[in-house]
Amino acid sequence: MTKRITLPPQSGTPSDVERIKDESNYLRGSLAETLENPISAGIPDDDNRLMKFHGSYLQDDRDLRNERRRQKLEPAYQFMVRVRAPGGVASSEQWLVMDKLANKYGNGTLRLTTRQAFQMHGILKWNMKKSIQEINKALMDTLAACGDVNRNVMCNPNPYQSEIHSEVYHWAQKLSADLSPQTNAYHEIWLDGKKVVDSKKTEEETEPLYGKLYLPRKFKIGIAVPPNNDIDVFSQDLGFIAITKKDQLIGFNISVGGGMGMTHGDTATYPQIGRVIGFCRPDQLLDVAKKVITIQRDYGNRSIRKNARFKYTIDKRGLDWLIKELNDRLGWELAEAHDYQFDHNGDRYGWIKGNNNHWHFTLFIQNGRIKDQADYPLMTGLREIAKIHTGDFRLTPNQNLMISNVTDDKKQEIEKLIKQYMITAGEQHSALRRNSMACVAFPTCGLAMAEAERYLPSLIDKIELIIDEAGLREQEIVIRMSGCPNGCSRPALAEIGFIGKGPGKYNMYLGGSFVGDRLSKLYKENIGEEEILASLKPLLFQYAKEKEENEHFGDFVIRVGHVKAVRSGLDFHD
Amino acid sequence: MQFHVMNSPFNQEQVDLLNQLLPVLSTRQRIWLGGYLSAVQDTELDHSSGGVALLEKPTSNDKDVNQELTILYGSQTGNSQGLAEEFSEKLARDGLKINLFSMSNFKLNTLKKIENLLIIVSTHGEGEPPDNAIPFYEFLLSHRAPKLEKLNFSVLSLGDSSYEFFCQTGKEIDQRLLELGANQICPRVDCDLDFDELATDWFNRIEAKLNEQRNQATPQVEQSVNHSTISNQPVYSRKNPFQAEILENINLNGRGSNKETRHLVLSIEGANFHFEPGDCLGIYPENPPELVDQLIEKMNWDKEEPVPINKQGDLLPLRDALISEFEITVLTKPLLQKMAAFTTDSRLEERLRSDQELSAYLYGRDLLDLVEDFSPWQVEASEFVKVLRKIPARLYSIASSLRANPEEIHLTIGTVRYHAHGRDRMGVCSYECAENKQIGEHLSVYIQQNDNFKLPADPKTPLIMIGPGTGVAPFRAFLEEREELNCEGETWLFFGDQHYVTDFLYQIEWQQWLDNGTLTRIDLAFSRDSEEKIYVQHRMIENSKAIYEWICKGAVIYVCGDEKHMATDVHQTLITILEQEGGISQLEAEEYLMEMQKEKRYQRDVY
Repeated sequence: MTKRITLPPQSGTPSDVERIKDESNYLRGSLAETLENPISAGIPDDDNRLMKFHGSYLQDDRDLRNERRRQKLEPAYQFMVRVRAPGGVASSEQWLVMDKLANKYGNGTLRLTTRQAFQMHGILKWNMKKSIQEINKALMDTLAACGDVNRNVMCNPNPYQSEIHSEVYHWAQKLSADLSPQTNAYHEIWLDGKKVVDSKKTEEETEPLYGKLYLPRKFKIGIAVPPNNDIDVFSQDLGFIAITKKDQLIGFNISVGGGMGMTHGDTATYPQIGRVIGFCRPDQLLDVAKKVITIQRDYGNRSIRKNARFKYTIDKRGLDWLIKELNDRLGWELAEAHDYQFDHNGDRYGWIKGNNNHWHFTLFIQNGRIKDQADYPLMTGLREIAKIHTGDFRLTPNQNLMISNVTDDKKQEIEKLIKQYMITAGEQHSALRRNSMACVAFPTCGLAMAEAERYLPSLIDKIELIIDEAGLREQEIVIRMSGCPNGCSRPALAEIGFIGKGPGKYNMYLGGSFVGDRLSKLYKENIGEEEILASLKPLLFQYAKEKEENEHFGDFVIRVGHVKAVRSGLDFHD
Repeated sequence: MQFHVMNSPFNQEQVDLLNQLLPVLSTRQRIWLGGYLSAVQDTELDHSSGGVALLEKPTSNDKDVNQELTILYGSQTGNSQGLAEEFSEKLARDGLKINLFSMSNFKLNTLKKIENLLIIVSTHGEGEPPDNAIPFYEFLLSHRAPKLEKLNFSVLSLGDSSYEFFCQTGKEIDQRLLELGANQICPRVDCDLDFDELATDWFNRIEAKLNEQRNQATPQVEQSVNHSTISNQPVYSRKNPFQAEILENINLNGRGSNKETRHLVLSIEGANFHFEPGDCLGIYPENPPELVDQLIEKMNWDKEEPVPINKQGDLLPLRDALISEFEITVLTKPLLQKMAAFTTDSRLEERLRSDQELSAYLYGRDLLDLVEDFSPWQVEASEFVKVLRKIPARLYSIASSLRANPEEIHLTIGTVRYHAHGRDRMGVCSYECAENKQIGEHLSVYIQQNDNFKLPADPKTPLIMIGPGTGVAPFRAFLEEREELNCEGETWLFFGDQHYVTDFLYQIEWQQWLDNGTLTRIDLAFSRDSEEKIYVQHRMIENSKAIYEWICKGAVIYVCGDEKHMATDVHQTLITILEQEGGISQLEAEEYLMEMQKEKRYQRDVY
């Protein structure tokens, strides 16, 4: 008899995506055939839904959409491929493979994501299999980089405490591996693996954690190491806060129910910050993660996808319900949370010597985009460094890059290359720019309503004129922009946040905290550049004049009453 | 004898029926059937000759010979056919009995019975006969050709003097007829692209000769001519082109393409044009004004000076004449020979002495290059224009169906751009369509029938369409038409170009036709997307079994596009497929394909 994972009954008809998953035979769908179809560079919608589970989705160059329609050409279809890297760690060899693929099959750029993954854009359908096979050869994969499953596991790339990093990174890898889908579809479709459809295999054996319907929605896990909240632990569905005593990792505080996404005009959707519900030892971590996921699997909303994230599952039933359900499923009770202190959620740039006597160089990468420009050959420079670098690379949660574990011997050589290719830790930029982050948005992201990556740098140029005048050039302010309310760049946690509404129009949010533990508040709705600058100018001047010692901009705007503090997503729209 | 699909012109069903019937017939029945069929065939052939229908078969009555005349044409783009029809009509009015045939419809074994013959034939590519002239041409030049001592004939040959073998086919036919003992009524005339005046001269001489002969013979009852066809001729024609407004002009190639292919939508409202899928549109282009201005400046002429534009002496200001009347972007040997008289630079004469050096010089150069390279010039503008050819019309396969787009004509025009001899250059029509003419402006156009590229009468007949690049244009018209008519027959398109992403011309439309069943199959070859270059013929070979099956069930094969490489390769590939799949020799395959061509089951529109 086939053993099945039985989900509790839910009201409402299942969403279309549930049907697609149900009919997909564990994420196969008709992908094998539609990827071969030579008539279109795209794939049908149903298969594209499944494609996400394989770490990719179909996009098109939106700049060309209308032009091509007039030219009687289909949209410039292309695939985005997201490569998982738990904790953002990649070897030099892996870096070189990413670099090669981006230039061979992609659009010649690499994108470091806000979840410490690699992203390549512009890969044509006919090159997808070759790309994923080469990624596989480099011991990386794209499985579950998107889709209704656990996504790339984030972890602080801690350059200071080498042992703590390696321990925490170990757990990030374990989480990533243990929570991966088990279906053979990925091997079959991409790696020419043999078709293993064993009808005798039960659902529990085929996909023991998720079942054939997988999760109701994406699921995000990250591990922070105080005092750095770079991974924005409170934006995760499930966050772990490493607790150390005398430089020893003793366990993790557990935060649940964070998440950025919302829908414009729908107050039943909102960004939410995670809430700490207890503590577990390192050896209990996997058990906690799996049980939390089964709760979301069983209770998450499978009818309305925009209410399906874990935050809504919890907010609908209350935190106490969750804790009880979790304790029941664990068979033991969570311990009480430990004290912790976050100082910031940004990156510390430049050279840092870790306690293993190795060096780490964090460089500033505007919006995570690695490419060669005439006056800034960043991609080439990093390639040359990777050719001689014996340590590793770490992608930071702020879309920056750390060249890690550089020995004393190699440091000089790498410093030479850094100079030669004008690679920068961002010291020439304002502190505002160094704390800026934008999602990809146009032209590739199908969800974008307004520009983000292509626009924020020029907006900051203009804000810099104001902060220079106000004397705030070295003042760190977190500024983030997303092209749509799904919030990939986590704008609802920024001190100054922009969420795209339409071409050239943004909602402006203020009042997030510098450490990422408070949501921002809508300040101005649907405004263009002129009004953005006109709104920010008096605020920044007032801040420069009236700020208290060490007071951050996000705290200041609340203290003087420009916006109300938002401690829970339920108050976000008030 | 046992019939097979491969050794006879019949399809499988017919072969089966014949094999069933023939063995049981008595000798008397066979003879009766043979006679019956040949009589029927003759009548049918006469009716299918197009334009002018013959109501009475040629007779061997000696008294009538002077009044009976056969006109054969070999036409690729329709010019020869157009002239043949025009002359037929005139001669019929004169009271002659005219038998008008396309060379491909002409029964070769009747040649020796004919006493008066006019031949109008064009030359294609590098001195080759047009497709529908091939059977006649090969027969005439072979040992099988009969002695033709009783035959009176004259040849009008059309060509383009920018090609090395100018009017070659006409010359060869003329020469061969003389060898076979035939007598010229009038000497052959070789026409260049601006053929009108010379062709009319030739015809007038012949008409005069024939009238002279006729006056010595008894008058003949005027023969009927199919006037319905003639009265349907539109008011606008090649000599009186219609001014069509440009409604849309877009580049079909996406960004990053090496190519530029214009999709032109022209309004034909009020033109009363009738055309069918497969027909062509002639466009009279204008030369780039900048080039004309440079030329006038270089020669120190007055751009307002009136110059003659034809033999009648009509005048136009020099600049206008050079823009719209004369060809200035192509150099030919005859032109250089005439121009040599106008310069004191002896190097031009030297050039003309070596054919090799000359053709190297002619390639990619225009009149401006010539006047710059061999100055000083001593010639008046009015003398100078007399040595120039009339600007020839460019022909494009119409890419739309009149049924689907009643007031419009769509064209697919590849823009020709190149850099040569220190200047960026463009094809004349390319220039006009891509850069010079805006939406709302007009082009001088006329319809050029192409009877050699037509949809089969039976809508159930399967079509195999091979049209890479701009060669796909007529197939868009085919599918538009078949969609309008809800045709059930299967259709299969082979398309190719450089890159999938940017060069898949009319991509969305093929996708829609696949979805709604108008198009059954499509196979694509993008040559620059993979390390090995893939062309349509490779896709054909991959599908040789299916192609053969389609041929066996009666499919018509159409090929449109580049002649030099594509059409040759596709032709070879078809032979290979017939050889492989039909289990026959190469020679048999070639003959089979020739047979298909005769039966119009293999039609080409190549350029």
